[in-house]
Amino acid sequence: MQDQPVVSQPAPSLQHRLAGRSLRSALLSGVAWVCALIASVPLLSVLYMLIMRGGSRLSWEVLSELPPAGFEMGGGFGNALVGTFVMVGIAALIAIPVGILAAIFLSELGPSSKLANIARFAAKTLTGLPSILAGVFAYAMVVLTTGSYSAPAGGLALAVLMVPIVVLTAEEALKMVPKAMKDAAYGMGCTRTQVIWKIVLPTGMPAILTGVMLAVARAAGETAPLLFTALFSNYWLYQDGSFEVMGPTASLAVLIYNFSGMPFDNQIELAWAASLVLVLIVLVINIVSRIIGRPRF
Amino acid sequence: MNKPFAVLPQTDSVCQPPTSTQFMLDRGFRGLCHFGVFLILLLVVALVVEIGGKAVPGIQKYGAGFIAGTVWDPNQLQYGILPAIWGTLYSSLLALLIGGFFGVMMAIFLTQDFLPPRLAMVFRTIIELLAAIPSVVYGLWGIFVVIPAIRPLADWLHQALGWLPFFNSTLSGPGLLPAAIVLAIMILPTIAAVSQDALRAVPLKTKQAAHGMGATHWEAILKVMLPTAATGIFGALVLGLGRALGETMALAMLVGNSNQISLSLFSPANTLAALLALNFPEAGPAEVEVLMYAALVLVLITLVVNLVGSSIMMISQRGGK
Repeated sequence: MQDQPVVSQPAPSLQHRLAGRSLRSALLSGVAWVCALIASVPLLSVLYMLIMRGGSRLSWEVLSELPPAGFEMGGGFGNALVGTFVMVGIAALIAIPVGILAAIFLSELGPSSKLANIARFAAKTLTGLPSILAGVFAYAMVVLTTGSYSAPAGGLALAVLMVPIVVLTAEEALKMVPKAMKDAAYGMGCTRTQVIWKIVLPTGMPAILTGVMLAVARAAGETAPLLFTALFSNYWLYQDGSFEVMGPTASLAVLIYNFSGMPFDNQIELAWAASLVLVLIVLVINIVSRIIGRPRF
Repeated sequence: MNKPFAVLPQTDSVCQPPTSTQFMLDRGFRGLCHFGVFLILLLVVALVVEIGGKAVPGIQKYGAGFIAGTVWDPNQLQYGILPAIWGTLYSSLLALLIGGFFGVMMAIFLTQDFLPPRLAMVFRTIIELLAAIPSVVYGLWGIFVVIPAIRPLADWLHQALGWLPFFNSTLSGPGLLPAAIVLAIMILPTIAAVSQDALRAVPLKTKQAAHGMGATHWEAILKVMLPTAATGIFGALVLGLGRALGETMALAMLVGNSNQISLSLFSPANTLAALLALNFPEAGPAEVEVLMYAALVLVLITLVVNLVGSSIMMISQRGGK
């Protein structure tokens, strides 16, 4: 062995430089801590404002009454709460079956077929779609065709946003099902459909549910796609003995947007209360989905 | 009726060949799954056809002048979206600058042994919850918290450094800076999550080798970990940019919706998504075709950015293996 410079050994004369390097490392660690604390401020501030300003107004009256007009006091956002549930429900009815069927194809029937690769790419592209464009699409498809703003139009816009999330998370969920379990079923003479229904779907169900609930949580909080598909309404969906299915429909998110720009204190308080309710709905769904979806294998 | 399993012997075993009903059901269900996949492709095609098709009259009428025009006046039938494109890019890049710095810092903080696992979990949850809050709530928070909070700073900067083009107007309420700050908070979770994956994918040996050579904690991070994970982190930044470009509500509420091109951080501006959000609800047939044209431009911008982002991610994942 010839003499080679040993890189890993600091020369004794450089002892003071080593101290400088350690100091710099410690300083940077301090910067990292400060950054992490700064990054936590927005969440804490949002939650504080929601609880202080929204919580003070929250009551049964607020949850069950109709929105107030201009200078009126009191009122609530009962119709918006119902509208949000109805539209997320419509979206879920469209997006969940389509998404899970497609995910079954992608993970079980033809995982590496050309069709599957194209569909996977399409779903990934759709996840990056700005939510307002889903609204533009539903506007062109439903509002221009039927001639009115409606809950189904809003539901379709939300479904466009939910489908790719459901497909991609359900595919991952189904892929996690151990191959040995499927092979055992095939060995007993099961058809692929039987394997899917009796083995793959039940085993993958918790993880599929997680994906579905995350998609629902996202849809519940979306505003942009509803602005010009469902618009807003100051009335109940069910009024005077008939359902106004094809009329403008209120939603919590659009109510917050509309009221935030109003010059009346009452409306702004209601916007905060509606935000608190919306965030609670979204957070509860998120937390439940995490509990369901804990890894089991 | 063909019986594919008819050659098998019939026995009393639990292992039975499928009956012809089960066989038919199998075919039906597989057909249904095919149909589901086709619906997804159909959705993408319909999106492009609907938006593109409805934009055709607008494209024919206004042509390329629409993209270069600076005036938006429905009364005089003058439409131009250059200020909106400028505002979209400027606010997104500003948000990327702030959100990118904090996002990558957060990813380093969470993956490079700064915290005991429990505390890291707390910070990770905080970042994930940031992503769960609806954008309209951020908009409301921006109006009532961020704008009042940064106004003193904005006034001071305008007075002290007003000769710089970035500070040459006062913050009169909504403006570019509050919008960009809120946008940065919204893209931070995406950037932090994807960068964390990139940093975790760096083999442990690489880091151990750096420490073995006497590198300090931060020398190892800055000179070994970050360069190794650079492709993935770059992909995270591009995906974050894609999110910022398409974000609507926070901007519609905070950016001020004024059609002007300005470098100033405090002047109101406009973005493509905010333009759509504000004008669609009251649009007549003449305006719809113009708005569809604007929507098409937004589709193209976000599509290009997202495709670049996901191909970078693909390259970095292939490199990681």
